[in-house]
Amino acid sequence: MENEHIIRVESLTKRFGDFIAVNNISFEVKKGEIFGFLGANGAGKTTAIRILTGLSAATSGKAIVAGYDVNENPEKVKKEIGYMSQKFSLYEDLTLKENITFYGGMYGMKYRDIKAKTKELVERFDLGSVQNELISSLPQGWKQKLAFSVAILHNPKIIFLDEPTSGVDPYTRRQFWLMMYEAASHGVTLFVTTHYMDEAEYCNRISIMVDGRIDALGSPSALREQFNAKDMDEVFRIVAQNKKT
Amino acid sequence: MKRFFGFVVKEFYHISRDRRTLLILFGIPVIQILFFGFAITNELKNVRIAILDQSKDVVTDRITDKILSSGYFILEKNLQTNDQVWQTFKEGKVRAVVCFQPQFAKHLESDKKASVQIIADASDPNTANMITTYISAIVSSYSTELLNGQQIPYAISTQVRMFYNPDLKGIFMFVPGVMVLILMMVSTTLTSISITREKEMGTMEVLMVSPLNALSVIVGKVTPYLFLSLINCASIVLLSVYVFGMPIQGSIVLLFAEAALFIFAALAIGIYISTIANSQQSAMLISNLGLNLPTIMLSGYMFPVSSMPLPLRWLSNVVPARWFITIVKGIMLKGVGIEYLWKETLVLIFMAVFFTFLSVRNYKVRME
Repeated sequence: MENEHIIRVESLTKRFGDFIAVNNISFEVKKGEIFGFLGANGAGKTTAIRILTGLSAATSGKAIVAGYDVNENPEKVKKEIGYMSQKFSLYEDLTLKENITFYGGMYGMKYRDIKAKTKELVERFDLGSVQNELISSLPQGWKQKLAFSVAILHNPKIIFLDEPTSGVDPYTRRQFWLMMYEAASHGVTLFVTTHYMDEAEYCNRISIMVDGRIDALGSPSALREQFNAKDMDEVFRIVAQNKKT
Repeated sequence: MKRFFGFVVKEFYHISRDRRTLLILFGIPVIQILFFGFAITNELKNVRIAILDQSKDVVTDRITDKILSSGYFILEKNLQTNDQVWQTFKEGKVRAVVCFQPQFAKHLESDKKASVQIIADASDPNTANMITTYISAIVSSYSTELLNGQQIPYAISTQVRMFYNPDLKGIFMFVPGVMVLILMMVSTTLTSISITREKEMGTMEVLMVSPLNALSVIVGKVTPYLFLSLINCASIVLLSVYVFGMPIQGSIVLLFAEAALFIFAALAIGIYISTIANSQQSAMLISNLGLNLPTIMLSGYMFPVSSMPLPLRWLSNVVPARWFITIVKGIMLKGVGIEYLWKETLVLIFMAVFFTFLSVRNYKVRME
């Protein structure tokens, strides 16, 4: 069972004074799953992710991530996870190689492993000519893919992606999702937030947060059936509207 | 430890890639010291004056000779009438006019008294003040000569000795000030900017999610700047000693230890600023307006603290630079040791600890 559910959240709550940002949420994420974490702006997604990644302490409830309780062992959790923010997260004034060396070092990777990984990445994306160029000189689409590659550099069990494809063209988005599928096929769990409903369709399962609660949870097809909707876009609107009334 | 080292290496990459900042970092201290040392002096040199000699006798000739041969003054022209005095001032060609009364020697002989009027252009008050002092001194030295051993019944003479800076060199005053400003700029401004940049770029989040803890991030961020600040400090000291002949009377080890302490305090303030500022611009504004300006105004670097009004004197106590300037002057010029500087040192230690505490607390709150 421990191996099955790589993330287990039970009655997780976060209050800021009177405001309840995360209201008693519970869910599980299976190993190797692409889990879509949806919700309107301000629904509490970011707060929930911050708790799961050990950046913020929960007010009450429990979250087990990669086998450790985040509240008790945030440092152990941090070693097992990767993170990619919506802002592009490589250093623009460093070369690709330097970025990889830096992030690899942060996760305590051995120099030999970093070197091997760099070689692998360079061959895979055919980057031989640009590996010593500053990141700022690379096209945007590449940067996004490289950021993802760097985020999985240290073989994390889970990667948290906070709107990784915002502001990216459709072609690059597709490529990006292909990379995510490939990672998932190797057993990496992907926990992704997005505002694109077509992307939600690509997820194995999704949850929709409204006002701090999870109001819908299931595979895209199950949710469509449940809400009698033709696509995820409609599901999202129905769920979001229900809660306003 | 390996992680921390990797972080510091990354910071050095950032610094080395930013050529402009690098130039400012190492160029400014050198330029400022040379600038203050050569261009801004409090000494008089080649001041143009005019002489209105209505007597033209042996005595006025002697005095004129003495004034002109002192090396401080150059004769622009000889005036004939009083009206010309205003004219020459208006033309702006002279800074002062020396006027001898008519029949100067005769008066001196019969009345034992004659007067010289010194008219100075006080649109620049400091220079005017110095010019009149210099000329009066020359004139009075001549009148002492006249006495020539004769005893006068009563005389109180003042003997002036300038301790610690006998030549009253301006650079001695500027070195501690420049040092403080540069260290503030590198330690506080650049550090706060470099931390807020990570926030702006979104890389700070990634760092926080990584196994590297907050303390390592902060210490890793400031280590390169500590290093650069010490290099700057050394270059300022070297320049002031070897180019301008400033002495280091006290212990050089103590000097650098105190500098390291001051840098530590400045870094702590820089980190604190980065916890309250969310963008590079606001970090720069806060450190410039909130820090560098009071440093210039209130540290005693330009204006003596003791002559400020009480509220400002109080305020000057919270400016770290004020204490550090006292320390630098104490060590370099007076050659005193820690036994006379422990109070200033304690204040700096307190400030460093206080701001470290404040920023660690703020940092945690923000991460929540």
